[in-house]
Amino acid sequence: MKKKILIADDEQNIVISLEFLMKREGYEVTIANDGEEAVQRIRETRPDLVLLDVMMPRKSGFDVCQEVRADPSLASVRIMMLTAKGRDTEVSKGLALGADAYMTKPFSTKELVEKVRTLLGG
Amino acid sequence: MRKGLAGQRLVAVFIAGMLLLNFPLLSLFDRPEQPFGIPLLHIYLFAVWFGLVLVIAWIVERGAR
Amino acid sequence: MLPSWLVVGASFAYLMVLFAVAYHGDRRADQGRSVIDNPWTYTLSLGVYCTAWTYFGSVGRAASSGIGFLPVYLGPTLGFALAWLVLLKMIRIARSYRITSIADFIASRYGKSHVLGGLVTVIAVVGTVPYIALQLKAVASGYTLLVGDHDPALHPSGLPGWWSDGTLYVALTLAAFTILFGTRHLDTTERHEGMVAAIAFESVVKLLAFLAVGLYVSYVVYDGVGDLYSRAAQHPEFSGLLGLEGMQRMGYGGWFAHILLAMLSVIFLPRQFQIAVVENVNEAHLRRATWAFPAYLLAINLFVIPIALGGLLHFGRGEVDPDTFVLSLPLEHGDMALALLVFVGGLSAATGMVIVEVIALSTMVCNDLVMPILLRSRRLALGARRDLTGLLLGIRRGAIIVVLLLGYVYFRLAGEAYALVSIGLISFAAVAQFAPAMLGGMYWRGGTREGALVGLLAGFAVWIYTLLLPSFAKSGWLDPSFLEQGVFGAGWLQPEALFGLEGLDNISHALFWSLLANIGGYVFVSLRRAPSGAEASQGMLFVDVHRRGDGLPTSFWRGSAEVRDLMPLVARFLGQRRSEEAFADYARAHGVADALHLRADAELVHFAESLLAGAIGSASARVMVSSVVQEEVLGLGEVMDILDEATQVRAYSRKLEEKSRALEAATAELRAANERLQELDRLKDDFMSSVTHELRTPLTSIRAFSEMLLDDPDIDVADRQRFLGIVVSETERLTRLVNQVLDMAKIESGQAEWHTDDIDMRELLQHAVDSTGQVFRDRGVDVELVLPQAAPVLQGDRDRLLQVVLNLLSNAAKFVPRGAGRVCVALLDGPQEVRVDVSDNGPGIPAGMEEVIFQKFRQGGDERSRPQGTGLGLPISRQIVERHGGRLWLSANSAAGATFSFTLPLPAAGSTVELE
Repeated sequence: MKKKILIADDEQNIVISLEFLMKREGYEVTIANDGEEAVQRIRETRPDLVLLDVMMPRKSGFDVCQEVRADPSLASVRIMMLTAKGRDTEVSKGLALGADAYMTKPFSTKELVEKVRTLLGG
Repeated sequence: MRKGLAGQRLVAVFIAGMLLLNFPLLSLFDRPEQPFGIPLLHIYLFAVWFGLVLVIAWIVERGAR
Repeated sequence: MLPSWLVVGASFAYLMVLFAVAYHGDRRADQGRSVIDNPWTYTLSLGVYCTAWTYFGSVGRAASSGIGFLPVYLGPTLGFALAWLVLLKMIRIARSYRITSIADFIASRYGKSHVLGGLVTVIAVVGTVPYIALQLKAVASGYTLLVGDHDPALHPSGLPGWWSDGTLYVALTLAAFTILFGTRHLDTTERHEGMVAAIAFESVVKLLAFLAVGLYVSYVVYDGVGDLYSRAAQHPEFSGLLGLEGMQRMGYGGWFAHILLAMLSVIFLPRQFQIAVVENVNEAHLRRATWAFPAYLLAINLFVIPIALGGLLHFGRGEVDPDTFVLSLPLEHGDMALALLVFVGGLSAATGMVIVEVIALSTMVCNDLVMPILLRSRRLALGARRDLTGLLLGIRRGAIIVVLLLGYVYFRLAGEAYALVSIGLISFAAVAQFAPAMLGGMYWRGGTREGALVGLLAGFAVWIYTLLLPSFAKSGWLDPSFLEQGVFGAGWLQPEALFGLEGLDNISHALFWSLLANIGGYVFVSLRRAPSGAEASQGMLFVDVHRRGDGLPTSFWRGSAEVRDLMPLVARFLGQRRSEEAFADYARAHGVADALHLRADAELVHFAESLLAGAIGSASARVMVSSVVQEEVLGLGEVMDILDEATQVRAYSRKLEEKSRALEAATAELRAANERLQELDRLKDDFMSSVTHELRTPLTSIRAFSEMLLDDPDIDVADRQRFLGIVVSETERLTRLVNQVLDMAKIESGQAEWHTDDIDMRELLQHAVDSTGQVFRDRGVDVELVLPQAAPVLQGDRDRLLQVVLNLLSNAAKFVPRGAGRVCVALLDGPQEVRVDVSDNGPGIPAGMEEVIFQKFRQGGDERSRPQGTGLGLPISRQIVERHGGRLWLSANSAAGATFSFTLPLPAAGSTVELE
């Protein structure tokens, strides 16, 4: 059965590139353009992995992560945070909030795909 | 109260009172005229007296506010 | 005529009311709700100046000398103009050093001298005991007149003896009253609230009674004041009273002298000092009294001349004693009730004077005459540790009885004699002798003990010779030839024409010579040597009392003392409880829990000495304190050292205060600067973080797509095409961003170059709209340009302003709906500025975002459709407009569109806008 991935980012071009990459790897992809939409989609589709941008309107990636981790029924959802702010504090904050992995933009597509595979127990 | 100013005013009133109630100014009013049937001198003395009371009251009570 | 039981009953009833008032006053004082803490009560109590001598005697003198009686009241009026200066200082001094009588004031000022205090007491007693006798006589003769009893019982020469004389019982009642309300307890301030309340009440009674009889004579007996004057004018023997010639020998010189005399008396009479200074509760009350007391005097004198004229017209001259007109006129017309009221008024005038005078005198006699003698006897002074409060109270009470009995005896002896009748002004002249030592002591630091002593002695001696002895001679107690020839038959020693000085009445004559001798002696002897340490220190404490605590030490003292010596000493004279309370209060005020732990420094010694001074007088207090402490005798040099020290300490602490204030200000400034820096740091961090984010975002897309294209050659052509398009557009975005960040940085750091050109805004707007025409046409947007006929030329950087307009236009273009968009650019021409409005029919700015859009990297609009932009356009535009002295803001905003406006100032005539 295909693994489900949710891409949550407000930058259209980044969404397009991620969608292309994930589909090429054979995953089923859904998309959210802001934080609120992301939480909604997670509850609806219960994806195996979320590629979560930090800087999003309405609700930041940190808030989304915290909300998901607070809900035991969503415990199986993996989260990989993506951020354009390269500070170390951001990384540790994301991991502390329960993210499974963390990547800094701009990222290497190979590394990203590699990490996604690992996370999904490829 | 601006004590300096009120104090100076009181001293001025004192000096004015001394002058008004003594020779020679007093002698100017020692005349036979009797306005309202009362000798001019008596009217003058009581009027100056009353005036002094009013002026002193004005000076000190003004300072109180 | 009235039955004697009625008069006695009425008098008794009145005295009972007085007791009740005093009792009420004392009770309220004990409860802390003072009835006399009120400027009106203070003013009324000052009315004690008007005695029976005024009440009956003014009419008498008006009947013989016309307006000659007036200076006695004009003087206080003028004197009170200066009360706010002189009396206030006196009150402060008395309060600061717990001075309770004139004798104590003078003794304390000149180095706490027993001799001076004793001398002043003697002068006061000699000068005022006859005055007390006069009050008793007024009551006695009023009674006689009222009951129509011409029995010689009331005359000292007649029978029966003193035991059946009602006047004695009046005197004893007054003694009882005075003891009850004047010596209830020993108080370090010598305040007697109940007594003062009673005196204020008496002032009301005597004023009302006198006004009543005045109105009665003027308007009931006669047809008004004018009627009285016109009738008097028809009698040649009375017409003199209407002008100045009625003043007889007094003349202008005498007139002036009487004014001066009264002016001094109103402050220096023992009873006046007692009421005005010692009994003063709050120095602010003096303010009201300054004018209200003269007003009281004016009111009580309004009808003096009408009553005098009425009496003269009715009785003629010589038939009836004019001093009794106030009583005999109502009696003659059968108005018994009014006569009784007038008698009670006279009684109130007499009793008020007697009570206060006796309290003042008894304090002086006790503190400045008896105590010094007692303290000198070894048995009482040091050895015995017993409580002396009972002894003190006993002395006070004894002094009260003795003074009153002295007054009574003098009254019995003198009777109708001249010596009693004329005592009013003679008494004034005696207390006027205090003026040089008192006023000199308050305003001149150079006065010495010997100076004051010689001045007082000389003045007093001259007073005795020129006033007292002649009055005895006129009473037949001395050989009258003394008046004509002086002592030893030396003509130039005639007591009423000393050294041949004639043309003055006896009072003026005596006042001149006595004050001359007094002031001369005081100044001359004082100038013979520099003041001693004690005199100089007291001189400074008195003269500079307003500077107390501000460069002036509270006392001049050096030595060592023990609290456990001082406390029992004070307790001996004040009682254990009061003493402990006083020390506990002092300790609390100095932040010490237990009085025994206080440091016995100069201030504490001064405190203990002041407490004692209130009870036994300053001179005795000095002696007592010096007996239990070790102290240095201070010379003038040491006193000056202490003063310098205090001044320096004060200057020092002032400097310290200033420094600490400056330091505080500097600290606050530093803190503010630091906060500003931190804020800037935070802003810079935010900016860097935002820039990083904005740069990384397009880089992410570029890298992702490039890698995908590189790794996977099998991507189909359409995707490849699309991906390359994205890479190009993201690269453009990156370029734009870099440019704008640099632009922003340049403007903010002030390194941007600004050119100043003449700008026609009409042309500029036209150009902007033309150059963006293609973009709008592509999107199907209508652009409307509204321009005025002409617009003034303004100064500015043309390219930068064009950038602002283009930015606003491209923002509008991004947000208006495709195909149905409408944008309007309007130029409005104002008197001081031009305004440009750029309106669109887009969705408007979301609520809450109106100001946010002007911040860096904060874009508005819906995210999904968020157009391309860096988030720097509006901030840069605003910077540009503000640099030109204008404003850029969102002037209208709704779901149907937004309007951005900016203004640019027009150059004022003859000046140009300087771009920095």
